[in-house]
Amino acid sequence: MNLFTISWANIIRKPLNTTLSLMLLAFGVGLISLMLVMENQLQDQFDRNIKDIDMVLGAKGSPLQMILSAVYQVDAPTGNINMKEAQRVMKHPYIADAIPLAYGDNYEKYRIVGAPHKYAEHYNVQLAEGKLYERPFDAVLGAGVAKESGLKIGDTFYSAHGLEDATDVHTNREFHVVGIYSESQSVVDHLILTPIQSIWDVHTEEGDSIPDDEKEYTAVLLKKKNPLAMVTIPNTIKDTNMTIALPAIEINRLNENFGLGMQALGVIALIIVVISFVSVFISLFNSLKERKYELALIRTMGGSRLKVFVLILQEGMILSLLGFIIGFVFSRIGLIIMSHQMEENFHYTLNDMGPIPMEWLMLLITIFVGSLASLLPAVEAVNIDISKTLADG
Amino acid sequence: MLISQGIQFSYPEGKPFQFPDFTCNEREQMLLLGQSGTGKTTLLHLLAGLLRPTGGKLEIAGSSMMDLSSAKMDKFRGEHIGIIFQTAHFIDSLRVEDNLIMPQFLTGRKIDRSKAKDILGRLNLAHKANSFTSQLSVGEQQRVAIARALINDPKLILADEPTSALDDSNARGVIHLLKEQAELTGASLIIVTHDQRLKDEFAKSVVL
Repeated sequence: MNLFTISWANIIRKPLNTTLSLMLLAFGVGLISLMLVMENQLQDQFDRNIKDIDMVLGAKGSPLQMILSAVYQVDAPTGNINMKEAQRVMKHPYIADAIPLAYGDNYEKYRIVGAPHKYAEHYNVQLAEGKLYERPFDAVLGAGVAKESGLKIGDTFYSAHGLEDATDVHTNREFHVVGIYSESQSVVDHLILTPIQSIWDVHTEEGDSIPDDEKEYTAVLLKKKNPLAMVTIPNTIKDTNMTIALPAIEINRLNENFGLGMQALGVIALIIVVISFVSVFISLFNSLKERKYELALIRTMGGSRLKVFVLILQEGMILSLLGFIIGFVFSRIGLIIMSHQMEENFHYTLNDMGPIPMEWLMLLITIFVGSLASLLPAVEAVNIDISKTLADG
Repeated sequence: MLISQGIQFSYPEGKPFQFPDFTCNEREQMLLLGQSGTGKTTLLHLLAGLLRPTGGKLEIAGSSMMDLSSAKMDKFRGEHIGIIFQTAHFIDSLRVEDNLIMPQFLTGRKIDRSKAKDILGRLNLAHKANSFTSQLSVGEQQRVAIARALINDPKLILADEPTSALDDSNARGVIHLLKEQAELTGASLIIVTHDQRLKDEFAKSVVL
């Protein structure tokens, strides 16, 4: 027997009140927690994928679409660009490094991207098994693709035209899986990489090849040597169908728009949390009326004022703590569901289930506010007129 | 054991009470008889240290109740005085046995469940140890309240109108139980009542 047992007995004796308070708190905490974790992990992945890419060269169109397509591989490309014209930009003295990409085909919705080896190196992706692609139609699978598609080294597959469609299969050319990358939490995890030549050759008959003048890239990821690059390069490509998009600026704009929705959601979650604390307060205060005699009794049996105070304060704190724990579990269930959806739609994963630092802070705040909500009832309990309460009893 | 000399008490708005002098020796059993309005419950609360007299002298077990601080009073009461109120009240969320060990816990004594079981056995309540108090009959509740008053081996047991709602035979039963248990525990027993039926049961009574 201790004060905790008594508080606990009181909490479970009022299942309806307790459930209401807990549900509200858990829901609010869960929502905030889910938002924090998602923001945290998405931000991480967004940042990782944008790493050192200052500019993206692609066909004219929406710059945001260019970034989403070329950097994150979630949107469709704006079109293709002429290889020779693109190479002029890649060799520009203000450009430090350039990674050309050619894509537009898929295997069971996994994008097949033609790229030089340095594309994977850029994201520090290591080879887990097999070897790197060397010849056309060699393919190395991202870790996620290997896990989900069931393809193994030595397997072969046909690509299909488009990024998701599987109706127009290029049965003339067979890809060979030669290697598998290890997991990197970057965009490469969900791609199938191959030499650019494969993408060109897949649209020709065996033995044929496209003349150099007609070869195309889909986009080029650029790293600048000189900040002036951002000003001068757009001028040099004015007469082509190409344009330059800046990932940092586009993603900022995206965040601002997304952020507004997230903020609104955050405010709603916060309101729910506040209501839950009011509910804790009201249920404690209400039960106090019924338990007045009980508390007076505790005092007559030798219980000090401090014990009565702790008893009530503790009930609020236990409720808050429980609400937080349930909310935390809610948020993780939500995260698993969201992760599943994102995986299906965007090939993005949210897989870190552990608590983030902000959540520890939330735990402290929850317990603090929880005890604050029970402070007034606790003070009230301490100041009960024992004699009068017992005489009225 | 208990010495009450000229104690007075007045509520903020209301006429002052002036109580007669009386003493109660160790293991002595006595009645404080009074009609309603004579301040019976007030006197019981004064004796229990729930109220502080505005004048006079009150000494229990060698301690002057006038001088104890409120925190010390809580502790003193928990350790030396067992109180049985007119209507039995409990901590509703706890079971009978847990209610019984509350005085042990609240005074910081070692929790002794076997003692609680013994006392429940003595009062024919052993089978109710795991019931909630709200599931008991009124008579059973009153016996649990008596058991709870005995658990800390008090020097003084105070009972407020323990028989007012009972018929003759039940009233006699409760009084015998109280007398017997007080004796077993070695406590003095003071019953505050207006119930004239009890007069014959006690050798000593003081009329308010």
